[in-house]
Amino acid sequence: MSESPTNRSGFLSRAVEHVGEFAYARVDHLGAGVRYMGGMAFLFWDTCVWSYRGWFDPRIKFGWSSLTAQMVRVGVKSVGIVCIVEIFIGVILALQLAPTLKTYGQLERVADVVAIAIVRELGPLLTAIVLSGFAGASIAAEVGAMVESEEIKALRAHALNPVRFLVVPRFIATTMMIVILCVVADYVGVFGGFLTSVYILDVPPQLYITLTQSALRTTDFVTGLVKAGVFGAVIALIACYEGFHVTGGPAGVGRATTSTVVKSIVALIGIDAVFTAVFYALGI
Amino acid sequence: MSEQDVAISVRDLRKSFARPDGTEIQVLKGVTVDVLRGETLIIMGGSGCGKSTFLNCLIGEYEISGGEILYQTKKMEAPRDIGKMDEANLNELRMSIGILFQSGALFNSMTVADNVALPLIEHSYVDQSIIDIVVTLKLQQVKMLAHRDKMPSHLSGGQKKRAGLARATALDPEILFYDEPSAGLDPVTSAAIDELMMDLSKKLHVTTVVVTHEMDSAFRIADRMVMLEQGRVLRIGTRQDFETIRDADPRDMTTQDDQLIHQFLNGASSGPLTDAEGMTEFEKLIRADG
Repeated sequence: MSESPTNRSGFLSRAVEHVGEFAYARVDHLGAGVRYMGGMAFLFWDTCVWSYRGWFDPRIKFGWSSLTAQMVRVGVKSVGIVCIVEIFIGVILALQLAPTLKTYGQLERVADVVAIAIVRELGPLLTAIVLSGFAGASIAAEVGAMVESEEIKALRAHALNPVRFLVVPRFIATTMMIVILCVVADYVGVFGGFLTSVYILDVPPQLYITLTQSALRTTDFVTGLVKAGVFGAVIALIACYEGFHVTGGPAGVGRATTSTVVKSIVALIGIDAVFTAVFYALGI
Repeated sequence: MSEQDVAISVRDLRKSFARPDGTEIQVLKGVTVDVLRGETLIIMGGSGCGKSTFLNCLIGEYEISGGEILYQTKKMEAPRDIGKMDEANLNELRMSIGILFQSGALFNSMTVADNVALPLIEHSYVDQSIIDIVVTLKLQQVKMLAHRDKMPSHLSGGQKKRAGLARATALDPEILFYDEPSAGLDPVTSAAIDELMMDLSKKLHVTTVVVTHEMDSAFRIADRMVMLEQGRVLRIGTRQDFETIRDADPRDMTTQDDQLIHQFLNGASSGPLTDAEGMTEFEKLIRADG
């Protein structure tokens, strides 16, 4: 059956319409992405300004008690879960590497690989991922609930800046505590590898310790800790930003927590890739 | 009326919001109202008439789209437009005003006493012992002293509003705003809150602006009333003016405005505010938007 000119023009107009809709949706997504990044950049700037003023402007009171409370909540309460995750990672790494290294007659080199992988990469990254679920989601839910119950409005009504009052203590606490947690994670992860190597793979304990010490350089530690600090800052900013933009009642709070975890994990891995590329290029 | 007697002068206030599809919805379409010093002014109207938007514009929560809101507090030499204030000036103004939000908006992580103390701690450099005394006085004023160490989650709706009121008055404001103070309360608690508002208004000599659609409460506390309808001022008058319309026979209403006010004040389901299906203009708008 031949297609009539009317059908052809109808098909063409639908095709053009679909292409147009698709292009519009992409541009719209891009616009939303740019707005999100802009909002985050503004929040980061505002947080830096208020942090600076809190430290150095005598007229601005620094919320020490709030900072301490957040440090306990983000840091101290996360120690257990970070230790559990990292010790398992140490065990898994050692067991996964053992067969291959055994083939080359280098089983004891498990110590080197575990140490470098944990200290440079898995310590900071997994601590950050755990924290994005543990602390990030809870910060987003808390701030979101405050938006819904008009607490943020009440803060502004009392001439209190919400960024100064809510974001600064969470930002500083998360950034500081993740660095400390990362140190703990490094030791615990390496200890997991040590236990596996010594008790399952029969690597002599002293040899494991010596190889670990010789494999690690100060820069390995420092680069890991720098990454951890940046990860902490990103988690806090995403959580607060998502919390501040909650709409739609309790369902909105739920969406904000999920969004915080998902966006944090994507951002953390993306930033980690950038760091790794930069460190590689610089030979660090 | 001399310029000095006006605490807030709202001139041709307009406020629009952007819809997700890029079009604009104009909620306030040129509102002009003067709030006189020391009076209790009621802002009322049906759902969606723009009264909450109006309040949010008054307290600087929303950026206005047009017009001006001139404040004249004791600290100001001349009236100042809130739309032209920077963050520092806005914060200075905010220290002269108190707001009781619909839910009370207490900070859930703090006790009642800490909630009341927060503005004092943040904006004054006095000793903790003095702050404790002020907090005790403020809580006594709203009959909440017995609950000072409770967390907000352990308070009833009325108690939350009382505590919120104590916090709103912590810095001895010149102007107090109330957003639906009776909403969600039983009639007895609602009447008690009304009495408290009148009491505070007299004792503290504050100018009071109340946004409400609870008519019993409005007639109890009002000096003057403003009725908004579809983003415009439908009528401004004294309480007596509105009482006259409320109590009049609907057949005596000659203008549509009077009929509309009469319907609203009496809570009648049929009249110019609703269509044949009993829907308000706002409900029709919502239905049209899907």
